[in-house]
Amino acid sequence: MPPARSWRAYPQVYRLEAARCKKCGKVSFPPRLVCNKCGEREFDRFNMKRTGKVVTHTIIRTPSDEFSGEAPFAVGVVEMDGGGRLTTQIADVSFDELKIGLPVQMEFRRLYTEGDAGVIHYGHKAVPIRQ
Amino acid sequence: MAVGIIGYGAHLPRRRIKVEEIAKVWGADAPSYKKGLELREKSVPALDEDTITLSVEATRNALARAGIDAKDIGAVYVGSESHPYAVKPSGVTVAEAIGATPDCHCADFEFACKAGSEGMFVAYGLVKAGLIKYGLGIGADTSQGAPGDALEYSAAAGAAAFIMGADDDRMIATIDDSYSFMTDTPDFWRREHQFYPSHGGRFTGEPAYFRTVTGAIKGMLEKSSMKPGDFKYVIFHQPNGKFPKRAGKQLGFNFEQIDVGRLVPTLGNTYSGASPLGLTAVLDVAEPGDRVLMCSYGSGAGSDAFVLTVKDRVREVRDLAPKTRWMLDENVTYLEYGEYAKLRRKIRLAAH
Ligand SMILES: [Zn+2]
Repeated sequence: MPPARSWRAYPQVYRLEAARCKKCGKVSFPPRLVCNKCGEREFDRFNMKRTGKVVTHTIIRTPSDEFSGEAPFAVGVVEMDGGGRLTTQIADVSFDELKIGLPVQMEFRRLYTEGDAGVIHYGHKAVPIRQ
Repeated sequence: MAVGIIGYGAHLPRRRIKVEEIAKVWGADAPSYKKGLELREKSVPALDEDTITLSVEATRNALARAGIDAKDIGAVYVGSESHPYAVKPSGVTVAEAIGATPDCHCADFEFACKAGSEGMFVAYGLVKAGLIKYGLGIGADTSQGAPGDALEYSAAAGAAAFIMGADDDRMIATIDDSYSFMTDTPDFWRREHQFYPSHGGRFTGEPAYFRTVTGAIKGMLEKSSMKPGDFKYVIFHQPNGKFPKRAGKQLGFNFEQIDVGRLVPTLGNTYSGASPLGLTAVLDVAEPGDRVLMCSYGSGAGSDAFVLTVKDRVREVRDLAPKTRWMLDENVTYLEYGEYAKLRRKIRLAAH
């Protein structure tokens, strides 16, 4: 991904910035221009909580090139506490502990690098809450 | 105006490797390493963890305890000898992730293992000078030792973050005084384009670590008119388990004062994170009124020392983020050498 494109997404990938519909309260992540529930165009921007629960998950064994050294790894959809959903890699997890409803927190991680000389892309991955 | 720590936080990778597992691969004698270094295991970062990611997580823990808006942080300093980029600051990504941009001063610091305490010192100094409201100083590293080298047994990963401020009602520990000591001492270095560092072998001990740490602590005690018995805790830079114990003994501290902040036997040497992480472990258990002495060390060589007094607020905030000993002792998984070599990119991969 060109640096300029990933740069525009920093509020979402770095701070999990979402939009809450001013009319119906639906949270969209990434933010939308029009609410897909009620059609409203006004939103409040906020940073989602970094804790949530796994809604669905799968294991990737043959990933695209930039993730080839990391396979196999888990990805899933996480429903964040306080609203909002995102698709994310699930890290530091053993595959047998992976289940729907698993409490996770979003941790700042490297997502991938553009070869040896390109930029390093950072963002979030879910990790199980063990405390 | 009292200035000090209003937020602190640590972050450690979850993976560990035991000394036996490394020794086995190189045909080395594990018991003699364990005894010689007083080191049983060390932390290992995952492929997706680096100085920036560890710094962000440590800072989020510091912010949870500080209870401030990150927008009020006027300076972000990341001290490390493993900044992910050769050119592009680590601090900008940390500041962006916590939401401190754009109204903020930012710089990366380097001075071998002393870089973390430098960031703390400068952040503290700027708050004291009234130039900023809050300043963030971070010590973080994901350091590497060459396979088979003595450093491979100790080079570890971790981060500690401190938010400095002057708010009385948020004060966790005041910084009462500081003292720095440094000389040109070639005990450890890494030239540009070299992946692994070089070191002066036995030269790293006596004329480097011990002379510098002893000089800094003697200078600190003299400047603040204090003596070893005045402190509940003392935290040294800890490249292995033995050095801080020996330095402490030479200076007149007892083992009880040293041990709470001595994480290295099960953490390894976190370089710029080492004494700052020790301080987080001390703040996790210290009581109001306790005096704390911290002394970093960076090869090359220099030390920064701080005298701190713990305040009542420590009791209210310590449970707002994971404690350092919990991350160190409870939340861990053990690796075999093969997995470790993959994670530390010690295996040369074919181009694709
Ligand atoms: Zn709506």
